[in-house]
Amino acid sequence: MSFLRVNGLRARLKGAGYPILRDVSLAVAAGEVRGLVGESGAGKSMIGKAVLGILPKAVEIVGGEILLDGVDLLRLPPKERRTRIGASCALIPQDPLTALNPSRRIAPQITDRLVDILGWDRARALSRARDLLAEVHIPDPDRVLRAYPHELSGGMRQRILIASAFAAEPKLIVADEPTTALDVTVQKQVLKLIAEMQARHGTALLFVTHDLGVVSKVCDSLTVLYGGLVVEDTDVRSFFAGPSHAYSRALLAATPKYTDPDASLTPVPETVIRTVEAEVTAADRRAAHG
Amino acid sequence: MDELYRVEGLHLSLPDLNRKPLFGPAPRIDILKGIGFSLGRGEVLGIVGGSGSGKSTLGRAMVRLLEPTGGRVVFDGTDITHLDEAGLRPLRRRFQMIFQDPMSSLNPRHRVGQIVAAPLHLHGVADVSASVAEALEHVGLPQHFAARYPHELSGGQRQRVGIARAIALRPDFILADEIVSGLDVSSQAQVLNLLERLVADLGLTLAFISHDLSVIRRLCSRVLVLHQGLVVEEAATDRLFAAPQAAYTRELLDAIPLPDPDQVWA
Repeated sequence: MSFLRVNGLRARLKGAGYPILRDVSLAVAAGEVRGLVGESGAGKSMIGKAVLGILPKAVEIVGGEILLDGVDLLRLPPKERRTRIGASCALIPQDPLTALNPSRRIAPQITDRLVDILGWDRARALSRARDLLAEVHIPDPDRVLRAYPHELSGGMRQRILIASAFAAEPKLIVADEPTTALDVTVQKQVLKLIAEMQARHGTALLFVTHDLGVVSKVCDSLTVLYGGLVVEDTDVRSFFAGPSHAYSRALLAATPKYTDPDASLTPVPETVIRTVEAEVTAADRRAAHG
Repeated sequence: MDELYRVEGLHLSLPDLNRKPLFGPAPRIDILKGIGFSLGRGEVLGIVGGSGSGKSTLGRAMVRLLEPTGGRVVFDGTDITHLDEAGLRPLRRRFQMIFQDPMSSLNPRHRVGQIVAAPLHLHGVADVSASVAEALEHVGLPQHFAARYPHELSGGQRQRVGIARAIALRPDFILADEIVSGLDVSSQAQVLNLLERLVADLGLTLAFISHDLSVIRRLCSRVLVLHQGLVVEEAATDRLFAAPQAAYTRELLDAIPLPDPDQVWA
């Protein structure tokens, strides 16, 4: 059974009513890595945020369900919802610089969750943090636990956030563009680390990215989004063998490939945009009548 | 080939503020450790390297936003290494820069028209509005965009404004520093195609800084690979990709995730 199942999720901007998510459905099984792919504004990050209950204040959910282990989060009272999410989900954020509090040492930033949400005692939480830093290949974990974020490199900070995400043994981790801010060689190390940790802990992963190259390396399946609408939902092998939706094909064609000297980068063509925009309009019409 | 830039034994060090003692000067950290190359008129040079390799510092020294601490930068026969601001002023209109993040390099309180016009006013160009209109046309933005603010534009459109501002003065040389790394693949393809067309149409010389070799391959005729402040490889683009010589170049190439699940990514 899928650990996470999103059914017909609809969200919009408060006030203006502009749709952000239009009838999104997807499922992530235990231990599965699902990529959420799309251009900026496609709603890929919003899905992750909706699952974790951290949508921006300006966005409201107006329909659908988010089932976590069979329980619809949207029907739970806020406090219970937060406890449930906190106990079984975690986030690997995009920007390792802003995600860590610059005025606190690393140790409490990893252990707070364990102490506050899971009720561990400090000593146990600290020893867990030390083990995890070793697990993400940080030499001298004790020194790093005492360090402030500015004393550490970008790659090191991203490792700490990965360790921190796995700290409470979550069933699901949302990785929100975790390598976009890193250069290619560091990106490779970080992606390999996420894959290694994911496999060892058997965690389900919702991997938000705009890079299809990254998807082909870390994901089992993927959901392609355009304008808050799911345009394709498939496994990685069949996607790269030949996407079925015209928009997915165009997105793949726009992805640079250094091995192919003749590859001319083609932006998503106007005709494809018109096709997929028509689908978005149709979805809005269905929503208005249903 | 007519030489536009010559860089010889370029050194640049900056104070390391992370290690500054409470009193006294901060220790200096060497960013560029003796870089030399030349750039021909009309050439598109890729400058590639990881973070901390010195590629942005090199670019900034070329357009003299930074003053080198050693070596020489010669632009079109003039030594600009230590030229003062007054001496640089008449040259500045000939070398322009496009910045990485259009959100922070475009004034949020100015309309697109004002942003593109600013350098024209600064250099006393006679017919500003005609030049602005022409620049917007070159980058494929409709004229009514001149009245918009940066936040009303998409990422790709904002980067076009950055390009329009750079070409408005009809420079000889443009430095593009990681200008597509914040964009979606589709906008990225559009901006790269645009840049390629502008280089041909306006006879531009371009230095294109990127950490992404697949983008470099698309655009550049020659590539400089930087690692820890030194050039580790300099080659024609085709040769670099066919047979990379330096170990660091191979490492960079191998790290690129191709959109292909069968790629061996050891």
